[in-house]
Amino acid sequence: MAEITYLEAIREALFEEMERDQDVFMIGEDIGAYGGAFKVTEGLLAKYGESRVIDSPISEIGIVGAAAGAAHMGMRPVVEMQFIDFIANAYDMLTNYVATARYRAFLPTPMVVRGPSGGYVRGGPFHSQNPEAGFIHTPGLKVVYPSTAEDAKGLMKSAIRDDDCVLFFEHKYLYRRIKGEMPSGDHTVPIGKARVAREGRDLSIITYAATVYKALEAAEQLEREDGLSVEVIDLRSLAPLDDDAIMATVKKTNRVLVLHEDTRTGGIAGEIAARINESCFAWLDAPVLRVTAHDVPLPYAPSLEDFVLPQTADVVLAARRLAAY
Amino acid sequence: MARSVTSRGASRRASGDGAPRSPAEPVSETSLTREQRLELYYWMRLTRSLEERLVNLYRQTKVVGGLFRSLGQEADAVGSAYALQKGDVLSPLIRNLGSMLVKGATPVEILKQYMAKGDSPTRGRELNIHFGDTERGFIGQISPLGDMVPVMAGVTLSFRMRGEKRVGMVYVGDGATSTGAFHEGINLAAVQRCPLVVIIENNGYAYSTPTSKQTLARQLVDKALGYGIPGERADGNDVIATYEATKRAVDRARGGGGTSIVELVTYRRKGHAEHDNQSYVPAGEIERWERENDPITRYLARLASEGVSDAEIAAIDERVQREIDEATDIADASGVPEPLDALVGVYADPPAAEPLWFREGRRAAVEVNERASGWGTFDAPSKGGD
Repeated sequence: MAEITYLEAIREALFEEMERDQDVFMIGEDIGAYGGAFKVTEGLLAKYGESRVIDSPISEIGIVGAAAGAAHMGMRPVVEMQFIDFIANAYDMLTNYVATARYRAFLPTPMVVRGPSGGYVRGGPFHSQNPEAGFIHTPGLKVVYPSTAEDAKGLMKSAIRDDDCVLFFEHKYLYRRIKGEMPSGDHTVPIGKARVAREGRDLSIITYAATVYKALEAAEQLEREDGLSVEVIDLRSLAPLDDDAIMATVKKTNRVLVLHEDTRTGGIAGEIAARINESCFAWLDAPVLRVTAHDVPLPYAPSLEDFVLPQTADVVLAARRLAAY
Repeated sequence: MARSVTSRGASRRASGDGAPRSPAEPVSETSLTREQRLELYYWMRLTRSLEERLVNLYRQTKVVGGLFRSLGQEADAVGSAYALQKGDVLSPLIRNLGSMLVKGATPVEILKQYMAKGDSPTRGRELNIHFGDTERGFIGQISPLGDMVPVMAGVTLSFRMRGEKRVGMVYVGDGATSTGAFHEGINLAAVQRCPLVVIIENNGYAYSTPTSKQTLARQLVDKALGYGIPGERADGNDVIATYEATKRAVDRARGGGGTSIVELVTYRRKGHAEHDNQSYVPAGEIERWERENDPITRYLARLASEGVSDAEIAAIDERVQREIDEATDIADASGVPEPLDALVGVYADPPAAEPLWFREGRRAAVEVNERASGWGTFDAPSKGGD
């Protein structure tokens, strides 16, 4: 079977789920006639029509709230944030309304909010963000952030079928750079399960999304130049976190680097380090280290963006320090 | 500027919707039957008396949180909800106890909610009348105001998508019309032709802030123009006028006419909640509304003029009292929620969260966390692997 891109894999999942379930519908800004800012939803309008592929006003609160209301009534809406940066506009609706609906009112809210995320694309402060940490802090939401085309498709199908709200972060740097061959049949990937992206013995890099590739590049370099065997864990799901996979790699290599593109303070790396500390401190041979973006808004100029975001060289440096500890 | 505020205030009073009222004012017409008109009285009386019971329970500290009154607004809540059919869905506001009762919420549920009982509709998770039941057709609101407008846009979008002849109704106050959620929700509903009726209850105050500080719009219903939808303004203290205006909007929505606004002008005679001393209200204002424009007093006068006897009214009052007494006994006897129930039902899957190790369920935590059982005496395990 031919390989398709990460973006095409997401689109394929949307088509398959709309075909499978009449209750699935899309709503978002410019997703219909235009096919979305990145063309993820291209072709859906032609096939499924205006009532199931809705071009909305510019209203993130409106469309997230409306998705919740429709979901209560048994629909399965998929909301596009044109850029995930704009999800901040719907923060109240997601955290106060959607996340609490099942708990406080026994209202099922099966919906997906998806959108292009992340940097390395010269997008500047409002087209490059990684706002996942604000949502993993909210009980009631699920958060996934795939790095491969196969996972992008499989997780999207699982997210649409999930009975709760899933925030689906799509890395726009990976959209057209990453390809994969789709498993045949009804391909789903379970939410809450990490993946070993590379096996190793000496140290572990726990990461997700675009920085999975930084970790893999670093791992190759470290093997080549230092003879280090580096394990790379691709979390795939950030809420719920796969504690078993995290603890297993800690116990295997005893040295852990947590890598993410999001900023440092309050980022998910801190949460992972705390969990490792509480659950398997005695297995560690070195402190858990973090490689993250600097704590600044993401700037536009290549020289600035490259300095702020974590690069392969940063991972190599940190891994060497960890190995030598 | 000062003049415009004054004239707006004057127009609100002068348009037949507020105090003072002339006794010679014409009676709003209705096609409701005598039985239905008596039913409206029952719901209004039940609303007021149930809140009075809640005040007693609040003073006995049996209501564990705040208490929100709708005194003086019973007609707008009851009359508007009465325009809905079974199968329609509404999302109420904190002062819409009457709407919820009409839609099927029971006094015992309300009492258990306020008293935070384990078998309350939210099992002790939410306060007051913040609860819902999609079967009976009401959706529990949340505290950030205006948020239910987008949600109800989505509920009614699903009706339209599925070709169901159902209608949604969402209540907002004068204050919520200033929110972004109100604007985004109503605009989306309008452009998608959702069968949604947006009730703006203009009761004069949002907490302590008068309507004149929310907006320079002469009337809140004027906002309908900007959304390209129909709007109507009615006297929210006239239960029949409220019903009739709302019914027109509901019928329009059911007939495919999309979203509309109904502004109901009323007056909040109690504070934001029971703790609020209303020091910000001009002297005499509350008393004037109570004396001249109480919705129940007005309706009783109308019913009397239509030949309803004192005995019929007394029988309804008696029934209401009996129902509230019975409900109070049941609610009072209910137990508190079991603490571990706090961990159930955040997600469909997993159905419950594990208790943290320092709480109950210690055993479960020990299995997950290797050091949890003995922080000081634990032997470090030998290194795994090679």
